[in-house]
Amino acid sequence: MQLRNKSRFGLSRAQLSLPYGLFLVCFVLAPLFVIIYYAFTNGEGKVTLDNLLGFLENPKTTGTLLYSLGIAVVTTSVCLLLAYPIAYILARTKYRHKSVVLMLFIMPMWINFTLRITALKEILTIIEGNLSFHPFLNTVIGMTYDFLPFMILPIYTTLLKLDKSLLEASSDLGADALQTFLKVTLPLSVPGIISGIFMVFLPSMTNYVVLDMLYNSTYIMGSLIGAYFAAYDWHGGSMISLVLLMIILVFTLFTNRYADEDAGNGRGGGVVSR
Amino acid sequence: MEHTTSGENIIELRNISRTFEDGFRVVEDFNLTIKRGEFVTFLGPSGCGKTTTLRMIAGFDKPTEGELLLNGKDIRDLPPNKRPINTVFQRYALFPHLNVFDNIAFGLKLKKLAKAEIVKKVKKALEMVDLEGFEDRTIGTLSGGQQQRIAIARAIVNEPQILLLDEPLGALDLKMRKEMQLELKSMHQKLGITFIYVTHDQEEALTMSDKIVVMSEGKIQQTGTPEDIYNEPKNAFVADFIGESNIFSGIMTGKYRVRFCGAEFVCVDDVEHGTMIDAVVRPEDVIITPPAEGTIKGRVTSVIFKGVHYEITVQSGKNEIVVQSTKKAEEGSEVGIMIEPEGIHIMLAEDVVNRIETGLNKDYSLQFLNGALTCDLTELFPNASYNSDGVLTDAHGDTIDAETVRIIVSIKPECIEMSDDKEAGLLCGHIINLIYKGDHYSYVVRTDEDEDFIVDDEYLWNMDDYVSLIIPKESVEYAVKK
Repeated sequence: MQLRNKSRFGLSRAQLSLPYGLFLVCFVLAPLFVIIYYAFTNGEGKVTLDNLLGFLENPKTTGTLLYSLGIAVVTTSVCLLLAYPIAYILARTKYRHKSVVLMLFIMPMWINFTLRITALKEILTIIEGNLSFHPFLNTVIGMTYDFLPFMILPIYTTLLKLDKSLLEASSDLGADALQTFLKVTLPLSVPGIISGIFMVFLPSMTNYVVLDMLYNSTYIMGSLIGAYFAAYDWHGGSMISLVLLMIILVFTLFTNRYADEDAGNGRGGGVVSR
Repeated sequence: MEHTTSGENIIELRNISRTFEDGFRVVEDFNLTIKRGEFVTFLGPSGCGKTTTLRMIAGFDKPTEGELLLNGKDIRDLPPNKRPINTVFQRYALFPHLNVFDNIAFGLKLKKLAKAEIVKKVKKALEMVDLEGFEDRTIGTLSGGQQQRIAIARAIVNEPQILLLDEPLGALDLKMRKEMQLELKSMHQKLGITFIYVTHDQEEALTMSDKIVVMSEGKIQQTGTPEDIYNEPKNAFVADFIGESNIFSGIMTGKYRVRFCGAEFVCVDDVEHGTMIDAVVRPEDVIITPPAEGTIKGRVTSVIFKGVHYEITVQSGKNEIVVQSTKKAEEGSEVGIMIEPEGIHIMLAEDVVNRIETGLNKDYSLQFLNGALTCDLTELFPNASYNSDGVLTDAHGDTIDAETVRIIVSIKPECIEMSDDKEAGLLCGHIINLIYKGDHYSYVVRTDEDEDFIVDDEYLWNMDDYVSLIIPKESVEYAVKK
């Protein structure tokens, strides 16, 4: 749909976008420049690459990066494996009250985050005894618990919008149920999957509150940045933030292109990033 | 292609019925035999069950009752992917994530054909639909007409025994539609396979089909060649749905003689004297003459130029007659009307009495309309009377049990009056069908209780109008169901 130059209220597009424009400058662009500035300068204000080298040469920081990636990949995979079947069943069922069932999966999001993790901590303590024995496992469980709805929702929406006649066409052309799923349903739900991956992968690299609350002594990228800033090393902290930003950017470009190629003419849910 | 079974019938539908989960009967007692290589069209208004029937043949829907025989074998429980039948879907249903080649090759790849053979077959299918070289195009870049052709190519490439087409031209513009009609027809001749086509467009059906199945409300109204259907419609519905027609209520007055519009006409149908009939006269069969030479006289009320002919409306008494003529007539002038015997098609009048079967409540009041209508049961049972306890007894003094008695309530269509005052009548409902019968309209009103009433009224109401039905108590007749 083409936007007219003047809206119904007689305001131009530029005028209407002014409030958000201001917000964008104050809270997105300005901080970004501050981070870039700090990342490439040292304490005396001189331009330098020391922060980057410091990040790359320090086994603790690179180790944390790899560990975070590991956590994120495992969490995202577990979420995907759990969410896809649920979303598929929910979207496909003729059960009349499926929105109620869907709500059961979404409802944990309505409960305060720290409260949920605290409860989880108690349960895990009962099962494991001492939480510090399984830091990786606990983190993955905590994050999966926290982020699962964000994976279910976009996949469910995509599957719900899937044109049923495509499935009939597939069956008509000789495909059995499994072949139809692999050749039609799965490829057409890729936009939803990518959307879900975005919603889970990125926060699970940085959301260190889960780790902290589960008495976890390990570090992920988020906690590392926090630690640098807590130690007043703004330059080092900014550089790590920037590295994380670059990883996310590359990841976005890659998945967006994949989504474009595969999803054809914009069927299903678009890519939503958080 | 497999043609192992002998016999020229490829598919047979025997007593097929389909009832939806909510109890709605979409298809009722459908019987049809289709010969190998025929072009059969299911024609009817939306909601008549034609698409459901097609879906049952494809395997997407299962009949609740009846047999579905393909080459003599029942395929009721065979899933769609196991049937040698392919479908061209209404909205094409092309896979948006695959390009043209992969869409067409979808079925071939599942059959695990050799790559070279697939390439060859896809190329041939694309030639068939005049889209050579389109292999690498994505679906999103194709126009509606091109998508339509790819959908056809994707179906025929599998060499099905039957090709099903579900209103495939519905989304195309008129010119494209006409073109595709002819192309589909020639494609049918080239391929030699059976086509089953679904449409609500009567012209499309007449142009393309070997056999037309006219459907309404889940039932077959008439089956026949396009000529049969057009020239010899079996009932008022078919006559009204196929082409334009004048329908008049009349009565047979002798051998080959029929009376309608207040005059006697000679016809070619031999129907028993005194039979109530509907006479169908196509507008092109009505001849305008000087006033003195016509069988009936009338006044021209409107003249519309339609290109090839004029459409002239003549008012003769209470009847309105539509005429198509290449000669112009003056509006307001007096004309005579003549109809050649061959131009008059006699149909037996439909069941024109509303019959409702109902039970009795314990106090012997009618369950129908919750006692709003009262009938004297003592008149229905010979020598019956109420005893001192208010119980109905027959001539021998035996009790007549209210629960076992069924009463038939009959109401003539012309006795019912329609009103838009919801409180005025006993029943309310929507008009679901209307046919103009020369001097009055015949309506079908579906009440809120889901019962259909035929109502005759001289005034024009609209489809879907919500009306209340006024039924005069004295016009209702009662009988005991034996």
